[in-house]
Amino acid sequence: MRKFDTKVQYLKYQVLREVARQAWEGRLADEAIDIPKTIVPGKKPTMRCCVYKERAILAERVKIAMGGYRNNPNVIEIIDIACDECPVGGYEVTNACRGCLAHRCEDVCRFGALYFDENHVAHIDKSKCKECGACSKVCPYTAIVNRKRPCENACKVKAISMNPEKAATIDAMKCIACGACVYQCPFGAITDKSFILNVIDILQAGQAGGSCHAYAVVAPSISSQFTYAKLGQVVTGLKELGFHTVIEAALGADMVAQAESKELAEKGFLLSSCCPAFVDYIHKSFPELEPFISNNLSPMATIARYIKETDPSAKVVFIGPCTAKKAEVLKDSVKPYVDAAMTFEELQALYDSRDIDITTLSESVLDNASYFGRIFARCGGLSDAVAEGLKEQGLDFPLKACSCDGIEACRVALMRKVKNLLDANFVEGMACVGGCIGGAGCLTHEEKSRADVDRYGREAMEKTIADALSLIK
Amino acid sequence: MKITVCIGSSCHLKGARQVLEELQYLIAENHLQEQVELRATFCMGKCQEGVCVTVGDTVHSVSPEGVKDFFENEILAAAKR
Repeated sequence: MRKFDTKVQYLKYQVLREVARQAWEGRLADEAIDIPKTIVPGKKPTMRCCVYKERAILAERVKIAMGGYRNNPNVIEIIDIACDECPVGGYEVTNACRGCLAHRCEDVCRFGALYFDENHVAHIDKSKCKECGACSKVCPYTAIVNRKRPCENACKVKAISMNPEKAATIDAMKCIACGACVYQCPFGAITDKSFILNVIDILQAGQAGGSCHAYAVVAPSISSQFTYAKLGQVVTGLKELGFHTVIEAALGADMVAQAESKELAEKGFLLSSCCPAFVDYIHKSFPELEPFISNNLSPMATIARYIKETDPSAKVVFIGPCTAKKAEVLKDSVKPYVDAAMTFEELQALYDSRDIDITTLSESVLDNASYFGRIFARCGGLSDAVAEGLKEQGLDFPLKACSCDGIEACRVALMRKVKNLLDANFVEGMACVGGCIGGAGCLTHEEKSRADVDRYGREAMEKTIADALSLIK
Repeated sequence: MKITVCIGSSCHLKGARQVLEELQYLIAENHLQEQVELRATFCMGKCQEGVCVTVGDTVHSVSPEGVKDFFENEILAAAKR
């Protein structure tokens, strides 16, 4: 049974599970301090130099699982003592260089940065090197490697750098909370703040006869997750946790698709507003394009707003693959509708904190949205849905969509737009490669995730956006 | 009079859309728009008995085929009173 991609995720999960377990039982305030010792009980270190360092890092993880440092507004935090201070040399020639005669590396370097010693072994003059990587690509012995930190490499918006102590730091003015670094750091030194304690508070308040109804709004990418069980069992598990009911965020996506296609036909050019990291990226790095951002709230916020209209006692918890959603729910425009956001990783921890084995549960149904709302979870789905929205509403608009798969593709499209070179009238921005199924808060990331989402889309009872929305007029 | 139709997953699959559309039609046909407020909500916690429709505080189980009877017995009768 494969629950996580990496051991780092597993470690994070163990902490979340213990924190949640104590919170349910009301003993967190007294016993949180013991959690590191529960996870690393012996005297022999299993991950770091000694058990004391392991426990010190775990204590930081506990803190972040409980909401993190209040004075840091970013939902992504660095545990500086966990940062292994990886080498940052950039392109370097390793001892795999055989001192050949061809010197393709020298030939391809446009900056004259390669030189050779008396044994013909290559060296890189760092004062000339522009880190383009051309030499690395042509070396027949793959002797030239890029020693770049995985976190910096993962951060395509260049928000991560090194502080004087050589530990990673995040520039909050650039960070879009996409979580790419969280997933990529091999030491688990970067992590997303957790709001599971808020979720547990809501669930406890929502227990029978309680003061509220807890609604779980689940992202459509859930169809590619919890692959060891059935989706219907995941839904039953949510009800076992205490949720009043479970609703597809994809129904909010249907609502957005309809409104966004209309807005597009009126305005003639739009940047999508579904992905919070993409929207944040525009605000932070392309402020001149802000007027083009769609006025729609995200699907999550749209469906949450509707839920609160139908049930004033509703408390809404979003469950998805996304760390940036945690930042989105803190925004003033979204705060009134969504009470907390958590990831699939955190949901797994919540199940296990209550000893809920979802594989043993009966299956509940989950069917609110149309095919088009559901396929928002993968790159290209939003554009397909907008095309459908235009068609269904009889809007005669020649859609030319640019689906950006990952934040680098987003950057290219936005740069083109700034320079008036973009041959498109709708930009679907997805910060994660593959779309939401590539999100940092996913338990697993697999090749077949996209097919999973499409299959789930086809299983929807309602085939058109208009049919799905006919219920909620 | 407040009528609420459940549009949660279970009721949706049992035909909540047809029930809702039919009720909308019948209310309009009988000119009851002023007296009847038709609303939707997600889940009334009685998924086995769907499609759930509440009139006031009472929950009724209404199938798409039974909408007309339900309308005549519960809504039209009450509206005429």
